[in-house]
Formats: sequence, structure tokens, C-alpha cells
Amino acid sequence: MVMAVVLLLLTIFTVWFTFWSPWWFTPIASNWGNIDEALIITFVICGIAFVAVSLFMVYCVFRYRNRGEGSAAFEPENKKLEWWLAGITTVGIVIMLAPGLVAWKDYITVPEEADTLEVVGQQWSWSFRLPGEDGEFGAVSTKRIYDTPFGLDPDDPNSLDDILVDDNEIHLPLGRPVRMNLRSVDVLHDFYVPQFRAKMDLVPGMVTYFWITPTRTGTFEILCAELCGIGHSDMRGYVVVEEEEDYRAWLAEQPTFAELLAEAGFVDPDRPTRLTSAGVGASATALKDERNALPDTARAAVTR
Amino acid sequence: MTDVPILEEDQELHDPQSFITRYIWSQDHKVIAIQYSITAIAIGLVALVLSWLMRLQLGFPGTFDFITPESYTQYYTMHGMIMVIYLLTALFLGGFGNYLIPLMVGARDMVFPYVNMLSFWVYLLSVLILVASFFVPGGPTGAGWTLYPPQSILEGTAGYEWGIILMLVSLVVFIVAFTMGGLNYVTTVLQARTTGMTMMRMPLTIWAIFTATILGLLAFPALFVGGVMLLLDRVLGTSFFMPAIVSMGEPLAYDGGSPLLFQHLFWFFGHPEVYIVALPAFGIVSDLISVHARKNIFGYRQMVWAIVIIGGLSFVVWAHHMYVSGMNPYFGYFFAITTLVVAVPTAIKVYNWVLTLWRGDIHLTVPMLFAIAFILTFVVGGLTGLFLGNVVVDVPLSDTYFVVAHFHMVMGVAPILVVFGGIYHWYPKMTGRMLNDTIGKTHFWITFLGTYAIYFPMHYLGFVGVPRRYYSFEGLEFIPESAYDLNRFITIAALIVGAAQLLFLFNLAWSLRYGRKAGTNPWRAASLEWQTPQTPPKHGNWGPTLPVVHRWAYDYNVPGAEADFVPQTVPQDGAAPPGGVAEAEP
Repeated sequence: MVMAVVLLLLTIFTVWFTFWSPWWFTPIASNWGNIDEALIITFVICGIAFVAVSLFMVYCVFRYRNRGEGSAAFEPENKKLEWWLAGITTVGIVIMLAPGLVAWKDYITVPEEADTLEVVGQQWSWSFRLPGEDGEFGAVSTKRIYDTPFGLDPDDPNSLDDILVDDNEIHLPLGRPVRMNLRSVDVLHDFYVPQFRAKMDLVPGMVTYFWITPTRTGTFEILCAELCGIGHSDMRGYVVVEEEEDYRAWLAEQPTFAELLAEAGFVDPDRPTRLTSAGVGASATALKDERNALPDTARAAVTR
Repeated sequence: MTDVPILEEDQELHDPQSFITRYIWSQDHKVIAIQYSITAIAIGLVALVLSWLMRLQLGFPGTFDFITPESYTQYYTMHGMIMVIYLLTALFLGGFGNYLIPLMVGARDMVFPYVNMLSFWVYLLSVLILVASFFVPGGPTGAGWTLYPPQSILEGTAGYEWGIILMLVSLVVFIVAFTMGGLNYVTTVLQARTTGMTMMRMPLTIWAIFTATILGLLAFPALFVGGVMLLLDRVLGTSFFMPAIVSMGEPLAYDGGSPLLFQHLFWFFGHPEVYIVALPAFGIVSDLISVHARKNIFGYRQMVWAIVIIGGLSFVVWAHHMYVSGMNPYFGYFFAITTLVVAVPTAIKVYNWVLTLWRGDIHLTVPMLFAIAFILTFVVGGLTGLFLGNVVVDVPLSDTYFVVAHFHMVMGVAPILVVFGGIYHWYPKMTGRMLNDTIGKTHFWITFLGTYAIYFPMHYLGFVGVPRRYYSFEGLEFIPESAYDLNRFITIAALIVGAAQLLFLFNLAWSLRYGRKAGTNPWRAASLEWQTPQTPPKHGNWGPTLPVVHRWAYDYNVPGAEADFVPQTVPQDGAAPPGGVAEAEP
């Protein structure tokens, strides 16, 4: 009896909690509302299944408890019922899966008019690169990142106008679809902004991608979402979505590869980017040592 | 073929005589089962303590100075690996499998008893190697239980000096042990069933453990090769998984390898692995419900098919762990479909469990309480798996607490409830005494309600986007203050549930001496293991003559029968049971 009551209360609690819960999706800031929709559809179907099975179980535990010896039925199987149940389950599965797969098709199909942004991950910070006026990215190589900023090839004509954002903060223009090319110089990372919903791993040795269209202005936190060593929780950044004009103003301030080369010869030890020999890993080793040595208050400060 | 017993009847048995050969270097499957179980539970308690350390950091961040970002990674890595491999796999297959298979199929022991004994000692060796990693310079690996390269073997990850090497060696040794045990389980089921025990008369516990073992024999090799290749990358500088990269300010000599290759190998093992854990739980719970509701398991044949189909499908869903890995996006379509397809036979099993309760005569014994709690928690955990399986829905949820909540519910809560239920159920068989009922019920309620309180709300942190494997969320503005309160609540619940397991351990020890004497068949169960001449069964299990089986394991409340159960050994009297699985003797 107690068990039946507890099961009933748990079922009611579970449903109630879903509606009461203060912990829900962060307000969306991208075009991926259809992911939220697919999630809700999945939730509804699963919710119905959960409630149906639970309540039936509550009924059985209550109604058929301790009925006395000899009272149970003898029914080895019921093939017709099994086929019906399998059929209904399959229908439920299809209802969940269909919108999910349609949204997936969208997710992997980048619109033609999308801009491109390269996200470069390293232990434990983010950098970004834009293709510049020619719309082409210059060739990069991890083997070269001690020689030139971002490992760019200075002989490749496409590289000279590449815009290098050697900072954990990237700006995006509102309303323009952008394809994120993801690149790592060391280990797996994952570029995740909860408000965008979209994410993808950064894999060294290959370029991965996802795309979004930012739909509201604001500053959104970037989190690394693939374990990348002891600094994983500190690999933070910001995406600032702003109106076109503000975005252009910000963009104008960012240096191109050509400008960096002109300023500093190849590598200026006084102004190393974080992707040059002075910079690569410096944040990493320093962070590693600091994090394990300092008391808590200092730890919090070491984020950039 | 199936009615030629391994031993001739009336053959003289040579029992072990000394203390050492009876309890230490024992080839008796029952002793080996208990050795496995004690070892698994002991190392599981270590992992439980590690989970407390993690929860202390999550619930009370900044309070415990000895928990550093580095050690935190080591806690979750060792906790995960121990729980999945060294506790759950070892306990379900090495513990329950070893004890129950010969007894439930009517064999005297496993078909390769010496190898079976070795399998335990090699398992113990693997545990010791793993424990050694706590004591080496740099400590145990903090690479996450998934051990993804490149980070797992590089500076920048805890334990890259020695911890990762010991972890990989330990896994290789474990796989050797598993293979030795696994060959025993499969061969014994196929070859050593007693007269009349056809495959379709075996209890679902055996079908499930049998299928799980086959899964393991086919899947563990993928982990084996992946582990060896990773070890070579670490120790010899090969580049199976390592592209050209830099690390901690230095370019490395690796080139040309693929991190994704490791992920495919790992998850080709890793997904069947979760079914290696889940299937025995399914099988055991079917038997618990049946016995304690005095009703045959509903749809036995469909349940067998479901086990086999789930086992087969488990090999074609692995990349649902890799939807955001950067693999070819078109794989997303394929794996989402296969993953949601496997939900159908799984759902059938859930329906059949509840349909067994329906029109039954339910005795709310401690095993039954755990079985019912399993159904509820497995439904929750299984359904949240559909969210993650639906590829695009997985995108915002992956690497968040939604995943953590899902796999704990479906692997940590539900199967553990079955472990407890199974131990309460078979303890009288193993010891001749009942476990104390009051302690059992107290243990049950705290564990059931406590684990629900821990893992159910955790899903919603995942909806917010709270990431997993994070030492601290300090500074993240998108996480509301209330999430910290929830983490505190979950931590306190976890500490209480953890402490409550002491009740269980106490009960196990206390009841050995003071438990109510059980007799041979206290639950009045029909399956063969309850029909041994002695309780606990002596070496050789069946006395001078092997049993003969005449019916399936689920004759409860058969119309026309005198008692509300008919043991498998009772002859048919010429008449086939109505509607039952009546097969002619081969």
C-alpha cells in the first residue's frame, strides 16, 4: 500500500516538478528554436509514456497486492497485445524522431550566404580568425604556430587580410548566419554557448563546423564542453552579438595578419599573440601551476 | 544434444578438502562468485567515497582546499571507471553470473573451473593495478573515464606520467579476466544444461547474463586494441590517435593520427558495455517480479527475443555518444534511427514487467520493492536516453548535467536497485539465512527515494546548460543562484544515501550469524536453483544425481495445480501446462 502511494506521489511530483522547475532552457539567442521544439516534442511523448506506465504500475501494485494464495492469473503471453504495444511505441518513436531529423538536416546544412568565422581552441583559451576582405582564409599549420601568429603562412596571398582576434571575446553581427570553422592546436575542446544551443567539438588534425544565426543582441558566455585537461573549467570566453554598425566598428579595430607582420617583423617578443611561441602554452602552464598553488580567491581571478 | 550431462550420474565426486582449496584457491563457482562480489563491492565503496568528494566540491565550492581542479578530475575519472567496469560488470557477470548459471541450468559447476578460478585472481590483479595508480607520482589519471586522446596522455591532464599507464594496463588485465570468465559462462549455458533444460526453459536471468557475456566477448576486444594503441602512443610515441599538435608550449613529435578513431573504438565497446550491465539487471528483475508476484513472467518468449535483439542492436548505436564529436554529420541520421529503434524492444520489456504485476498476487517483500523501484527509475532513465538519442536534441544537452543524470539513473540507480533486490532474494540460498527485513526496508526506502532526489532534478541543470566535468562554475552568469542551492541539496542527499549503504553492509554481516533460518526455498520459487538438496549448496550442487527438468521456470498459479508454484523438476504427468511453453523432450 505504502509502495503504491509513494509511486503515485513520485509520478505526480515528477510531472509537477517539470512545470515548477526554475531550471529550464536559457533564453535562446539563435535561430535554433527548432532544437527546442524537437526537445519539447520528445519531452511530451516521453512524459506521456512515463505517466502511462507509472500509473498502470500504481494501479497494479495497489489492486493486486496480497490477494492470497492461488489468486494470481496464469497468462504466459499475449502476442496480439505485444504487437499492439510495439506498434504504439513505434508510432511514438517516429513522432519524436521525425522533427528531430528534420532539424538535424538544417543543422548540418550551412546556408550559402553564411559568413565564416574560425574558432581556434588551445589549452585553455579561445582565439578567432576571420577571412578578411578576400573572403578566403589563409593556410595555417599547427607546425608553424611558433613561427607566425596563428600558424599562418605569410607566402599565401589569402592570409594577409585575415583578421586575427587574439582574445577570448568575439563579436558577431546580429541576424547574419555564420558558419563556425573549429580548429584545435592541441587537444579536443568544444565550443558551446548555451543560449545558441549549437555546439561542436574542436578536433586537432581536422576542421569541424556548425552554424548559427544570432537572433538577439547581448553578451553570451562561451564554455568549453569537452574535457581538455585540468584547465577545462576555466576555458571561458564571450560572444558579443551586436548591431551591424557596432560590429563594424569593433571589426575595424582588429588587426590583420599583414598588420601584425608589418608591426613586429615576424614575432615580436614584446607583443606575442597567444598563438606564438611565447604565448602557446604559456597560459596553460601558468594556469596549471597557479591553479594548484593558490588559495581560492586568487583562483577565481585567473580566468583569462 | 542437450540431455547429455557433463558428468555421468552417480559418479564419485572429489570435493576440495583443505581451507585453502575450499575458500581461497577454489574452483567452485559459488566461492568464485563471492570472491568477485566482495572485491567488486570493496572497490565500489572506494568509488562511492570518490563521489562524495566530488559532491562536496559541487555542493560547497571552495570549502575544501584539498579538492583541487586537478584532483577533481582524478575523482570523476576513477569513480566512473571503477563503477562501470570494476563494480557493475564484475558484479553482474563475475558475481551473479558465476553463482547462478550452474545452479539455474542444473550443472555441477562451470565447464572450465580452473580457468574460472584464474579469472577471479586476474580480476583481482587488475583491481590492484588500478588502486596502485593512487600511489604513483602524479596520481591516478584525470582523463575522464572515456580516456580520450590526445589529452589523456599529455601533460595538462592529471596522471599522464604514470596514472594513465596503470589505468590502461589494468584494463587490459581486466579484459583477460573477463574473457576467461566469459568463455565459461557462454560454454556452460550452451553445453552443460541438465537433462530437460532446453534453452527456452532457462530463466530470463540466464538468458540475460548469457547474452551480456556474448556482448562482452565481442565488445571488449575493441577496448583492448584501443587501450593498447593508446598505451603505445603514450609509451612509445606512436601516433595512432595523435595528430600534429603542441602541448604546454612544446611541439610534439606525433603526426597523422586520429583522435576520432579512439572514440569509435571506445564507444564500439562502450555502448555494448552499458547493455552488459543493463541486460543482467533486466533478467534478474524479471525473475524477482515473477517469484514475488506469484505469476509467470508475461511474454517469456518475447522477453527472450527482446534480450537478443537489444543485444544485437547494441552494436549499431555506438556513435550516439559522438554526435558532437566532429564525425561525418550524416552518421547522425543513421545512429539516431538505430538508437531510437532499440527503444522498442526495451519498451516491450518494461510493458511485460508491469503486465506481470497485473493480475498477480504481489508480495511486497524487500526484493519486490527493489524490483518495482527498478521499473520506475529505469523508465525515467531510459526515456531521457531518447532525448540524447534524438541527434539534434543531443546537441545542447551533450556534456551537460543532463547526460550525467541520464546515465546515473539508467546505470547507477536502476541496476544497483536490482543488485540489492537480487542479493536480498538469493542471500537465503547462499547462506541458509534471511536478511533482516526491517533493516532491508529501511535501506530500500532511503536508497530509492534518495537516489531519485539526487538524479531526477539533476536533469534540469542540464536543460540550463550546466556543463559536466567542471570543477567550478564560479563566474558563469547564465547559471542562476538557485542552481547552487540545488547542488547543495543533491550533495546532502548523496551523503545520506551513501551512509545508508552501511545498513546494507551491516545486514549482510549480521544476518550471517543471526538471520532467520531460511530453509531450502523460502520464496517458494519454481526455478531450478532453489531445488538443490542442500542449502547452501555444497560443492557439486546436486548431490549424487543431476536434476531432470520438465518445465519452464515460471509455473506459478498454474490452473489445476495444488500449490501456487510448480518447481522445474516436477514431471508433467503427461499433460502439457495450459498455454505454457510446452516442448517435446529432444
